[in-house]
Formats: sequence, structure tokens, C-alpha cells
Amino acid sequence: MASLDAPRIVSSRRDYPDSFSLSRYLATGGYEALRAALGMHPEQVAAEVDAASLLGRGGAGFPAGRKWSMLRKSEISYLVVNGDESEPATFKDHYLVERDPHQLVEGVIIAAYALQVNRAFIFLRGEFALGLERVQQALNEAYEHGALGRKIFGSDFSLDVVLHPGAGAYICGEETSLIEALEGKRGFPRIKPPFFPAVTGLYGEPTVVNNVETMSNLPWIVLNGGAAFAALGAGRSTGTRLFALAGRVNNPGVYEIEMVKNTFRDLIYDPALGGGVIENKALKAIIPGGVSAPWFGPDLLDLALGQDEVAEKGSMLGSGSIVVLDEDSCVVRAAWRIVKFFSRESCGQCTPCREGSGWLERIMYRLEHGGGRSEDLDLLLDLSDNIAPGLTWPPQQTTICVLGPSIPSSIHSALSLFRDDFVAHVDHGSCPHG
Amino acid sequence: MSHLRAELRQRAEELVGLYPSRRSAMLPLLHLCQEQDGYLTEDAMAEVAELTGTTPAEVRGTASFYDMFHLEPVGRYVVGVCTNIACQLRGGEEMLAHVSAVLGCAVGGTSEDGLFSLEETECLADCGVAPVVQVNHRYVRTTSPEAFDQMVAELRAGRLEHDVPSHGTLIRVRRSGGLRVDPEEIAAERASARAARAARQEQ
Repeated sequence: MASLDAPRIVSSRRDYPDSFSLSRYLATGGYEALRAALGMHPEQVAAEVDAASLLGRGGAGFPAGRKWSMLRKSEISYLVVNGDESEPATFKDHYLVERDPHQLVEGVIIAAYALQVNRAFIFLRGEFALGLERVQQALNEAYEHGALGRKIFGSDFSLDVVLHPGAGAYICGEETSLIEALEGKRGFPRIKPPFFPAVTGLYGEPTVVNNVETMSNLPWIVLNGGAAFAALGAGRSTGTRLFALAGRVNNPGVYEIEMVKNTFRDLIYDPALGGGVIENKALKAIIPGGVSAPWFGPDLLDLALGQDEVAEKGSMLGSGSIVVLDEDSCVVRAAWRIVKFFSRESCGQCTPCREGSGWLERIMYRLEHGGGRSEDLDLLLDLSDNIAPGLTWPPQQTTICVLGPSIPSSIHSALSLFRDDFVAHVDHGSCPHG
Repeated sequence: MSHLRAELRQRAEELVGLYPSRRSAMLPLLHLCQEQDGYLTEDAMAEVAELTGTTPAEVRGTASFYDMFHLEPVGRYVVGVCTNIACQLRGGEEMLAHVSAVLGCAVGGTSEDGLFSLEETECLADCGVAPVVQVNHRYVRTTSPEAFDQMVAELRAGRLEHDVPSHGTLIRVRRSGGLRVDPEEIAAERASARAARAARQEQ
């Protein structure tokens, strides 16, 4: 049975059709957290976030409080919000920016106050045309309301927030690439070290980059205290999380559930959540955490949805996306489409990623569409090993950013779990599913 | 003489004013150019270069990196069909084939009447309503061929002007005013906050 008792922290307004309006936001406690935060010292606000043990909700799962404290050594210049949600099958930030933009804006103002930053940028995917409208509207209303601009709510803190549209590039979800795009350049990830924009970020100055969902948690944390947040979930995975469930399930969608207290089976099968696999088919595989993540077979359905729990089994909770494949889904076709995506989105700076993704895509294409050879199976692994040596998880790094080593995950998983399906493709001459 | 019409030129100048560096306005300005022309013309890129303090070559080099920017003319409606994993599992490839046949244009092409261009997209982050179709970056949420055909009929009849506006993802995005906090004020606030924090730390 799914555990559904936890409060909705970031999706509390999901049943209101006008959840994005200022009037609804104010009627449901909106901007009270900001008033409370402004009555605290900035380091007290940061301490609450630290106490919450809030893990970043973008994909890497780095503790937000630690990210901030690394910066407290130097004075930070800019806060940048990463709303470039592009990891395939991830759509929870899309929900947040369209349906609760004020909650995001309030979170950004709270974070800016804690960090003592006076200029913040919200970078939103260019394809979110309605999301861009809603967030800009929320910013306009926040200025009007006195929650943004000079001397917020009569305090000594002033802040401007600028909305910045992306223009269609998966790689811009990588924070240094996002910063390049924000500087008006091609979205090429920057060489590391420095590993964090905290050292050298926007315009070469110390910068914090946080995800939309991470920011959206802050109003609740300030109002209820970091300890209350940390009391939810278990271990390092505190609070609730938005999971984006997609693929062969009856009720795909975004669900906010308590961390660790639910399993993959709960999320996929509970009638109040995923509602089971379409037509009661058998589940074949799960892709947890986005297409960069290694897959699980049905034997791990009872694994808890927690960051460390999933990591211990060799994958990641990543971006909070979960894709379900059923017995009729072709795993070769699925893995081919995923590597085609990486091939298309590789920025081209590093050879293993640029050349490797295209080569893998061509092999997967011929296995699926005709002309695959039995030696292709070993060739796939050999090539994958060149991109991410050892094919371990987390992967070894041969490239500037983590896009490259993420490429082999789906192919390696599909081959390990369903080698017979690949052999059937070779024997049949193309996809046996037709 | 500005290539951008007066209203867009004014919005462009306001956008430039929001950033510490003019070049940062590159992507929003290119979106504005597409709002006017549907794609990026040579004249438009020259104007963006002038506004951002770059060269037309740098503008083109930047624009060509991003999928949303068109360097050639496109139809009045750009239809994007996602075939990435979540949509593939819900009939995205079949939808793409259907859309291509119905609109009479191949992926990457434009229909003869100039009304439609077709793109096979990567994930558009709306996987709960798959397969995902966008028209001019508006989610039309037509998950069956019949629903798509119905939507196209409405589009042709001009009944979707509200739901599917013309090009430009910022066409209805308007910031109410420029930056409110000037750099001197920021410097002063930071100095006093720094002093207050130092005092607290000493206690």
C-alpha cells in the first residue's frame, strides 16, 4: 500500500484551477514565508534549509544547504534558477512553473535573501511558452505586491528577478552550459575545475544555481521549519518529491509523495497513483531518474523511492522521472531512441561523446531496422566502454560534462537485462515486433 | 533604419537593459526576431549584433546551436511531434507519420501552401499527455490522430488564434518595467548586510 499521508509541500494548490493567480496564492498562505524569512537573519534562513537536508531536485541530488554554505566563504553575486527541464520523461518543473509560479518566485526571493544576492535569473526552457507567461506574470504581480524590487515588504533587502528564455538545447540543463546560454553564447559546458559555479559562475562571479523544484520547497520549509521537512522521508532523502510517471501506465502524471516511504510498485500500481500497467500487461523494465539512468527489471519493484536506496542498486533517482516499459515494449527500439536523443543533443566539444553517440546510434538503428550483426552486441559494449570506462555506475568521466558518460546507460542496461531480445533482432534481421 | 518594427525594437532595448552584459540578451532578442519574421533573417541577425555588441557571425554562430531558432523560412505553424522515449511508448512515431501525411510535409519540411512546417522533437516535458504535439510551442494535447485532424481543421478555420498565437515564445510575455534596484543601491545594501553579519559573528 502506498503511503499517502504526507503533506503536499509543492503541489498543495493542484486542485485549484486558478492556482497560478496571485489572489489564489495569497488566499492560501502565499508570501507569508517571505515575511517570516525577512524577520530572520539570512544565516538563520540558510540554517533552516540546512536542517531540512533538502537535496537538490534537478538530478544530481546535491544538498542545497551545502551548496549554499560553500558560497558563504565568498560573497555571492548571482542566483540562477535552472528551469531548463529537458531530461526525457521529466515534466515536474513544467507542472510547477505553469501551475504554481508564485511559489517558485517566493522560493527564489527567500533563497536570494538567505544568500544576500540582489540579482536573480530564472532560466526557463524556451518551449515552455505558457510557463514563461505565467512566471513573468507572477514576477510582475510580485513587484506590484511589494514582494520584489526595492526594500521588499519594508525591509532592508532589495531584489530584481529577470526571466530568461532558453531556446532548445538539452545540454543547457547542465549548470555551466546554462550560464553560457545566459551570457548569450552557445551552450557549451565549461571545463572543470572549478566544479561549481560558486567559484566562477555568471560573468565570472560566484553564482548559485538551483533547480525549480528545489526553490519551490523553500516557502514550506521556512513556514514549518527545516526539522519538520527532515522528519519526512528517511535517511538522506528528506521531505517529499515530485515524481513524473510516464510510459505504459494507466495514469501517467506528476505525483508528490513522501521520499523513501513508497516503492516503485506503489507509485506504478496504486490506484491513487499510476493505476497499474496498461491492459494489465506484465511490467518489463523501469527507467528511473531520466534516460541517463541505468534501468531496473521487475525484480526491483519493491525498492524504496529514495536517493541512496536507488543508488545502492546501481542507478539513480535523478530527475524524478520514472518510465515504465511493458512486455510488448521493444527494449532495442527504446534504447535506440534514447541514444538517438543523446547523439542529437551532444554539444560536440568532446570526442567520446560526439563520435561515440553517433556510432552507437547507427549500430542500434541497424539492429532495430535491419542489417544488425551478431558481433554488434560486443561492439556496443566496447564502444560504450570507451565513453564510460568500466561501465560502472556512477560512470567514469571522459568528457567535460556528464552527458557523455550517460550515453551508454540504456544500451548497457538493455543488453545486460534482455540480451535475448538483441539476439532475436539479429536472428530476425530486424525488430521482431515489426 | 531598424529591421525590427517599432514595438519590437522597443521591447528589444528594454530586454538589453535587464542584463549586466548586453550579450546576455541574445536568446530573448532572437525570439523577438522570430516573432516578427518567423525565422532569423540576415537583417534581423545584423540588428541583434548591433544590440548585443557582437558581430552578425557571432549571432548566427550562437543561434545555430539552438533548436528553436530557424535559419530558413518556416510555415505559419510549426508543428512539433515528440518521439522520445515516453512518447514512443505511447504512439509518438505513429503520430509523427500521421501528421506528416495529413500536413503533406516531411520532417524538416514545409507544406506547399506555406501553412505548416513539421519537426520531430526531443522530449517536450508533457509526458503525462503523450504523444506530445506542440504547435508554435503551444501544447495542443491531441493524443489521437482524430484529435489532431480536428485541431488542424480548427487551425485552418482560424478558430485557434487564442490557443496558438503566431511565432515567438515571448509573444505574450511582457515585463512590467525594468530593473528597480540600481547598482549603487546594491553595493550599499551589501556593505551594510556585511557589517551586520560581521557584528553578529562577533557576538
